[in-house]
Amino acid sequence: MTQASARQTAPATAHEGQAHPIRLYLVCWGLLFVLSLASYMVDYAQLQGLLRWGLILLFMALKAGLIIAVFMHMAWERLALVYAILLPPLAAIVFMGIMIAESGYTLEARETHFSAPE
Amino acid sequence: MTDATASGHRHRPRPDGLEGLAADWASDQRAFKSASWGKAMMWIFLLSDTFVFAIFLISYMSARSSTEAEWPNASEVFSLHVGGADLPLALIAIMTFVLISSSGTMAMAVNCAYARDRRKTAALMYATAALGALFVGMQAFEWSKLIHEGVRPWGNPFGAEQFGAAFFMITGFHGTHVSFGVLFLLIVANKVRKGEFDSGRRTWLCREKGDYEAVEIMGLYWHFVDLVWVFIFAFFYLW
Repeated sequence: MTQASARQTAPATAHEGQAHPIRLYLVCWGLLFVLSLASYMVDYAQLQGLLRWGLILLFMALKAGLIIAVFMHMAWERLALVYAILLPPLAAIVFMGIMIAESGYTLEARETHFSAPE
Repeated sequence: MTDATASGHRHRPRPDGLEGLAADWASDQRAFKSASWGKAMMWIFLLSDTFVFAIFLISYMSARSSTEAEWPNASEVFSLHVGGADLPLALIAIMTFVLISSSGTMAMAVNCAYARDRRKTAALMYATAALGALFVGMQAFEWSKLIHEGVRPWGNPFGAEQFGAAFFMITGFHGTHVSFGVLFLLIVANKVRKGEFDSGRRTWLCREKGDYEAVEIMGLYWHFVDLVWVFIFAFFYLW
């Protein structure tokens, strides 16, 4: 992975603090602006269906990735920390999947048993 | 002789019971080699906070996708009337840009802190706090606008009753995080401005002269608040 190779070339100065060129932060900042604008435009243009959701989730993931990797310096941390922090939230995604199935079932039950007949 | 004592020292039996508990937690054992104790603990706090917000968003998703009632159209509910025209999500878009900008200034503050530029660091942190306060102010405006229009946690004039509960709970919890962040930003910024991190005095935020890691740890919290907003923006306002 590129992360590992970058660490091999760079001397072990991580504990001295995260010193990165200011340009990197400005580029990241600019990208976040562009991505936010793009996701706003998805709503403004009233896109619907799979296209809307694909774009919203794509922009969301890119923004989250930029913030975590660059602003929060996760790209330069060791894997022990990266995995300890980034893997547990996967459980939340599993839970989300379970609740999608559950709420689908609830809706079906409400429609078949509790709705007033048309 | 010295060898024997040294190796005897290394293989000293571990104490058990409460003494062992204290010894295990107090001794020099660390998994996160590149992150200090303070930074690692902030990350672990943020991880727990991630679950809190994840649960909020998942319960909102469950409520929304299991109700038969029509969910209020966020695009219309959060639109702003400017000069007779309806701008969908205008205020939310501005709030998003304000929060991203505050993240930008915070990142620069961390950078200046490691360059030991005290004046710039404090100024950028004050700017971050000001943008955060602006965000909370706009949030308060949004809340009062919706309350005025009759949105309550138990019902609203636009559609499904669960809308209000989800809205107030999620944005309220996020706004609380921003507010406390502003408070702590001001505290740390004041310490930076007064030169406490360069004084050589050991405090709970500073281990030695020129140790500016507290600014980075503060930054972690602040970027996390921005990160949560990314998800709220996508799931609550754009859905």
